Amino acid sequence: MFEGRRLILFLVFLTVAVVFLGKLFYLQLIDDTYEKAADNNAIRKIIQVPFRGEVYDRHGKLIVYNTPVYDVYITPRKAYVADTNRFCALFGITRGYFDTVTRQARSYSRVKPSIFMKHLSKQDFARIQDAMVDYPGFSITTTAFRTYQSIAFSNALGYVAEINPNSLKEQPDDYYRQGDFVGVSGIESYYEDVLRGQRGVKYRMVNSNGVEKGDYKNGKLDVYPVAGQNLYTSIDIRLQEYADSLMMHKVGSVVAIEPATGEILTMVSAPSYDPSLLAGRNFSKYYQKLALDPLKPLINRPPSAYYRPGSTFKLVQALVGQQLGIISAGSVFGHAGAPVKCHVHTTAHNDLHNAIQWSCNPYFYHAFRKILYDGTTGDTYERSAQGLKRWSELVANFGFGRKLGVDVSNEKRGNLPTVEYYNKVYKGENTWKFSNIYSLSIGEGELVVSPLKMANFAAIIANRGWYIPPHLVKGVGPRRTLDPFYKNPVSVGVDAKYYPVVIQGMQDAVLHGTVGADGRIPDITMCGKTGTSQNQKGKDHSVFIAFAPKDNPKIAIAVFVENAGFGGFAAAPIASLIIEKYLKGRVDRKAVETKFMNMSYLANVVYNRPANRVKTDTLKK
Amino acid sequence: MSGSSGQLKSRIDWISVGLYALFVLLGWMSIYSAIYNPESPLGLTDAAFYTSNAGKQLIWIGTSFVLIMFIFALDFRFFESFAVFIYGLFILLLIAVPFLGVTINGSHSWFKFGSATIQPAEFAKTATALLLAKYLNDPQVNLGRFKDQWRAALIIALPILLIVGSNETGSALVFVSFIILLYREGLPSEYPSILLGGIFLFVSALMLEPLTIFLILFFFAIILVILMPIYLQRMWQTYVKMALGISVIMTLAMLVEWVVNHVLKEHQRNRIKVLLDPGFDPRGLGYQVTQSKIAIGSGGFWGKGYLGGTQTKFDFVPEQSTDFIFCTIGEEFGFFGVSVVVILFMVFLWRLMYLADLQRSRFARAYGFGVAGILFFHFLVNIGMTIGLMPIMGIPLPFLSYGGSSLWSFTVLLFIFLKLDSHRSDMLSR
Repeated sequence: MFEGRRLILFLVFLTVAVVFLGKLFYLQLIDDTYEKAADNNAIRKIIQVPFRGEVYDRHGKLIVYNTPVYDVYITPRKAYVADTNRFCALFGITRGYFDTVTRQARSYSRVKPSIFMKHLSKQDFARIQDAMVDYPGFSITTTAFRTYQSIAFSNALGYVAEINPNSLKEQPDDYYRQGDFVGVSGIESYYEDVLRGQRGVKYRMVNSNGVEKGDYKNGKLDVYPVAGQNLYTSIDIRLQEYADSLMMHKVGSVVAIEPATGEILTMVSAPSYDPSLLAGRNFSKYYQKLALDPLKPLINRPPSAYYRPGSTFKLVQALVGQQLGIISAGSVFGHAGAPVKCHVHTTAHNDLHNAIQWSCNPYFYHAFRKILYDGTTGDTYERSAQGLKRWSELVANFGFGRKLGVDVSNEKRGNLPTVEYYNKVYKGENTWKFSNIYSLSIGEGELVVSPLKMANFAAIIANRGWYIPPHLVKGVGPRRTLDPFYKNPVSVGVDAKYYPVVIQGMQDAVLHGTVGADGRIPDITMCGKTGTSQNQKGKDHSVFIAFAPKDNPKIAIAVFVENAGFGGFAAAPIASLIIEKYLKGRVDRKAVETKFMNMSYLANVVYNRPANRVKTDTLKK
Repeated sequence: MSGSSGQLKSRIDWISVGLYALFVLLGWMSIYSAIYNPESPLGLTDAAFYTSNAGKQLIWIGTSFVLIMFIFALDFRFFESFAVFIYGLFILLLIAVPFLGVTINGSHSWFKFGSATIQPAEFAKTATALLLAKYLNDPQVNLGRFKDQWRAALIIALPILLIVGSNETGSALVFVSFIILLYREGLPSEYPSILLGGIFLFVSALMLEPLTIFLILFFFAIILVILMPIYLQRMWQTYVKMALGISVIMTLAMLVEWVVNHVLKEHQRNRIKVLLDPGFDPRGLGYQVTQSKIAIGSGGFWGKGYLGGTQTKFDFVPEQSTDFIFCTIGEEFGFFGVSVVVILFMVFLWRLMYLADLQRSRFARAYGFGVAGILFFHFLVNIGMTIGLMPIMGIPLPFLSYGGSSLWSFTVLLFIFLKLDSHRSDMLSR
């Protein structure tokens, strides 16, 4: 009886088995959400951030390194503090802080570590280290702060800060995470990729309470951190400090370059700031203060500030005019007929050499007129356009109106007026002519340069016609690699034979020309040119470019002092002191040194004008 | 015809014994995997091993072997003769548990003897199967008769009531599986049909709105009317019957909702909600099912390899060695592994029912179907809950799950049958 029921029952069993296998098939082979969820469950990524590369000066002196700091973490479930008062005394915290932080940690997670105290110094850490064994549930993680050997090299160096939300969103390769540190300006930013190294990742298995249970897949997927590479800069930190001290109480820039190599010896932006202020736990406090300072200490002026070159630009005119075959060493122009005045009324300066020595405005007015009109055809409008075209093409070779490619962030291109530029400004072709743009002849008008470009220009003259793109870093990493871009000379297209007359004029300008006695170094032949950069508001900026010695030059320099007046007064003496310091290793002219260290031009500085912005519509002056 | 040991050996069904051994081994391997720590693996020589689940399970397995020896040493007539006594003993134990028992894992249903703990409810299944079989062995008993159905139901109901009384609803539900035994022994087909229909109605009542159920029923009624042979007289009677049927079903459906929402306890209601809505509260009430599905689902086809699981090993799946041991197999051996387990279970059940039908005594046959039914029910509920097809109930997977009570009770349950089976030719001579 009922033997057939065994089969019926088994069919029921089989149905269940088939349903189960179907569901299992779906779970294990079709739906992949469970696989991902499993990894999220059990695998924890541990990030290992390597130390950032160190920075050295040209003589191997350490400028920037890392100081380890210690973060204390608390794991509430494991944490046990027998005597809270003693604990607080040891850590130097209040009872209120202890209660608040432990409560926050508990509400975040009882089993995962939360930050308890940030950025303990080595000294603090040493104090608590031994006592840590008495407090289970507290763990230490090491991170590092940038530490600076010198406070003089901050603007060009830049600083390191937590990545901001925008950069986090816009990063191309998704490397950074919230809270990561990143170089913000200067070479810290430019060389970010090599300085930061490559962080490592370790995969650990964790159980449901977040407790680690061993390496995932025996560490096969782990990535070892790659240490950041050191930077060997071309900065002479002693010279940098000296230049920085000379720029106290002033707003402006100093850039010194080794002409033969394009290596930047000194790059000072004044006023500056103590870089260690931005390297610690008080970053946001000091950053606010510095960002709101009307003198803009955070800006790196040398590659980014906008100035008119003033009379220093007459050297460009002298070189370009000769190369174009329009003027020569013997060309003579008088004062008559020029809307610009000559500062020194002697009659013995009418050739090119004397015009440079005495910075004769009418001479270059006439010379520039000739550059625009000679050999060109049509009416004055058409001839101006033809002339400006050949002029601007040649001037551009000196790096004006474009970026030189220096290795700091925020380099600005400045402005070199071209035909297209004026067509735009005057709204149409053949709407402007020499009489509209003659300010260019003496380095005013729409010309905009940076101190870096002018220092590079001084190096070009020192080299008699070529330069190597200026750079702050001469080697990266243990093999001191350097981009070939910073090794290859660039010719500016003005023949070497046109330089001697200009150089002689510069030498005489220093010896018995526009440069005063404070700007002369008794035993060094310095060739220089003063400039007086006009600006919208306030007193003129004092500008000076120079190189020394005359033969086989070792240093080329540009000094800008804002609102300090005529170039020979402030900028030239400062440049001469820096050159003396660099070439002799000491300064004998103590009186001059003291005078200019203490000199202040801040009273003249117009505060409400951003230092890096000059409107270029000063045609009707 | 005194059975020498050689003859006994030849009469033991080695296929069933082999499958049993395979299940036990697989279970132990999974338990070892769950305690396995890749940073400091425990070996058989470590003292700590014997305090771990895997070590303890090894002891349970060893003692199970002693139990098997003991069962085979007994006279095969013992189980039939003492069925009433055994049943009575366990009923007494179930009565005593609330007073003398201890609480383990929130369940007050254990007896403690020294360091060993025993859950009488686990063994009450065997006792009930024995008594049911003995009752049916009486040639006078006919399950087609209401009187005998009622008596059989009483035998089953008594332990159910006592177990539900000690708050072990999951264990009590296992007794439902005796319907398989009774069905094989002649229970009219209406009973299992009504049971299945009831389950179907219960689930649909919870998943569907009453109006939807009504529309479905109405739709089927209309189809029936259309298909109805036109020569049928008294159409109105049929209509009345249909209307009556629909009203009864609708009342029941609404009753189900009312029972779930007002009679069931909070945790029972939640288990049902979790089952019906897989996304329900994945961190809280749905945590077990979600983690269980993650563990199994992450296994893929071949699994992560033995000892390679991350979910079951690191405590993400709760109760990973007892009720959720199937997860470990699913994660480490993948679809391949679980298919093998499911197929082996089917082979095993088929083998048991096949052997049962070979028995010449009704006692042994009924008991055999009781064993198959209990094992199937555990298989159904345990695997079903790990993959989200059944509500979570504290029901172990036979032979594989960790735990002395569970392993011992299934061993005793199975080997009593294998003992009876080895004497099936002796039965005839009786």
